[in-house]
Amino acid sequence: MMAGQEQKNTAGRTEEEEAHGDSTPPAPATAQSTAATEGLDDLLDEIDGVLESNAEEFVRGFVQKGGQ
Amino acid sequence: MTAVRVMGAETEYGIHAPSAPGSNATWLSSQVVHAYALVTGERAAGGAEARWDYTDEDPLADARGWSMPRELAYPSQLTDRPDELTAAQIALEGGEPDPDRDPANLDPEGDRTGPLMMNMVLGNGARLYVDHAHPEYSSPEVTNPRDAVVWDAAGDQVVLAAVRQIARTPGLPDISLYKNNTDNKSVSYGSHENYLMPRQVPFSDIVSGLTPFFVTRALICGAGRVGLGQDGAESGFQLSQRADFFEAEVGLETTIRRPIINTRDEPHATAEKYRRLHVIIGDANLSQVSNFLKFGTTSLVLDMIEHGTVPQLQIQHPVQSLRQVSHDTALEGLLRLTDGRQMSALDIQWMFLDAAIGHVSRTGAGAVNGGDGYTHEVLRRWEEVLTQLAAGPAAAARSVEWAAKLSLLQQYRDRDSLAWNDPRLALIDLQWSDVRPEKGLYYRLLSRGRLDRLVSDEEIAHAVSQPPEDTRAYFRGRCIQRYGAHVIGASWDSVIFELPGERRLQRVPTREPLRGTRALTGALFDRHADAADFLSELLDAPR
Repeated sequence: MMAGQEQKNTAGRTEEEEAHGDSTPPAPATAQSTAATEGLDDLLDEIDGVLESNAEEFVRGFVQKGGQ
Repeated sequence: MTAVRVMGAETEYGIHAPSAPGSNATWLSSQVVHAYALVTGERAAGGAEARWDYTDEDPLADARGWSMPRELAYPSQLTDRPDELTAAQIALEGGEPDPDRDPANLDPEGDRTGPLMMNMVLGNGARLYVDHAHPEYSSPEVTNPRDAVVWDAAGDQVVLAAVRQIARTPGLPDISLYKNNTDNKSVSYGSHENYLMPRQVPFSDIVSGLTPFFVTRALICGAGRVGLGQDGAESGFQLSQRADFFEAEVGLETTIRRPIINTRDEPHATAEKYRRLHVIIGDANLSQVSNFLKFGTTSLVLDMIEHGTVPQLQIQHPVQSLRQVSHDTALEGLLRLTDGRQMSALDIQWMFLDAAIGHVSRTGAGAVNGGDGYTHEVLRRWEEVLTQLAAGPAAAARSVEWAAKLSLLQQYRDRDSLAWNDPRLALIDLQWSDVRPEKGLYYRLLSRGRLDRLVSDEEIAHAVSQPPEDTRAYFRGRCIQRYGAHVIGASWDSVIFELPGERRLQRVPTREPLRGTRALTGALFDRHADAADFLSELLDAPR
């Protein structure tokens, strides 16, 4: 096992990996960012479609009795 | 020197019938239990619900060595008595109570006029019941954090099956269930963890060792919440669903003046040997990584407490700091320690991780090969998420639940320029935890591959019907599966049989959590289709 200080030093490397996306294969920067943006739009569109209508009323109606 | 120990999860679900506002929450909750009984047929075949055996419940026993007088307790603390709907309550809700009708005679396709079911013991060893005003699933006992994730997630599928059953039952309002912990209107309901510990560990060591860990634990397993304060009136986002509801450092209560360390001392096992540490501070988790870390890291910290290797640090104002950590999404704030030092929550988590690494390296339990199979994964994931969080919440959006929720909310805020008090953000927070995969936003993200998974849907589906094989939950679950018609009651540490033609009940105590396993009793179950034969061999009594 590594000592703690060494682990903290790995932060920079991981950050770099994150920036490239951890599961997608390397791709030209522009194509990748376009795909990512489209994926995001798709996701928000999908969620728009499943969200309960009339957010304010729905949230106001969610009233719970006490619990542990 | 390990993350392996007997543990279990309890989840109270938020319950809502949008088309029937004002419905009695206890009645709605009992419909969930009842519906699941109809779905499985297991209990319907059993003739009646398996009653909970309250003999060994003692909710007023305090781990610090005393017992609260019953007359001083709040009614909600008296959990050793069943919740019962009175005839008046049921009549008020439009159901007709008919105590003469046995649920065994009900048509499983929809006759609902029998007595409402409030409690079930399931074939997977879990308990599904009505806890005050919420349906609650208490997972079977497992031996490791991975299984804790699997059998807790199985509970989400159990209540989903009940929701589906209710949706296809004419005359009942659709019910939504949420795996969250607050309605954002001053009410919180719990998701508790239980850890088996040796009785001889002084409780004061548990308090001092766990408190700084719990104050900062939301970093890795907070579920995220839109709204600040108990009533959520102040706008903003915070790491934890539960943090704002904690008002004391140590105490017996779970429904009022909630303490960071809960002292309820009901071991549900041989009391001289064990204590069951009842943890009430956690958020209900859908994220598998957060849930795994919640159980795995806590178990490791308890192991360090048991062996005297836990970091020694004391936070000056734990309750205030708990809130501060939860409200600090930038993870920049410093907490004041009693020795004058100031540390960030992330630093404190690193300190616990470093200590845990040193702790397990002495026995090799955390080795990739030859270790116990779980501790290495806990340490690896823990380090990974702390490293991600050090780079900012966005870097942890695949793994840590609050960071995943925050990331989604930010995308919405960016697209539509929403302020934090916009009701759509509150709705996203609520709907994140809807147990229906087509409605639940957690499940939408999971199905798009945007969240890390540790266990497969197949494993979870298996755990819906099958008990863990390495604890007494195996014995309980198999008894229900195989002899359900003759099991009239059960609890964590007993199974009670009523055999035809015998006037006396047979109570089989199961006070050792690591007995009653498949290795010890599997062949016995396989040998006997008949409950009487099974009991006869089990109890070694000639018939």
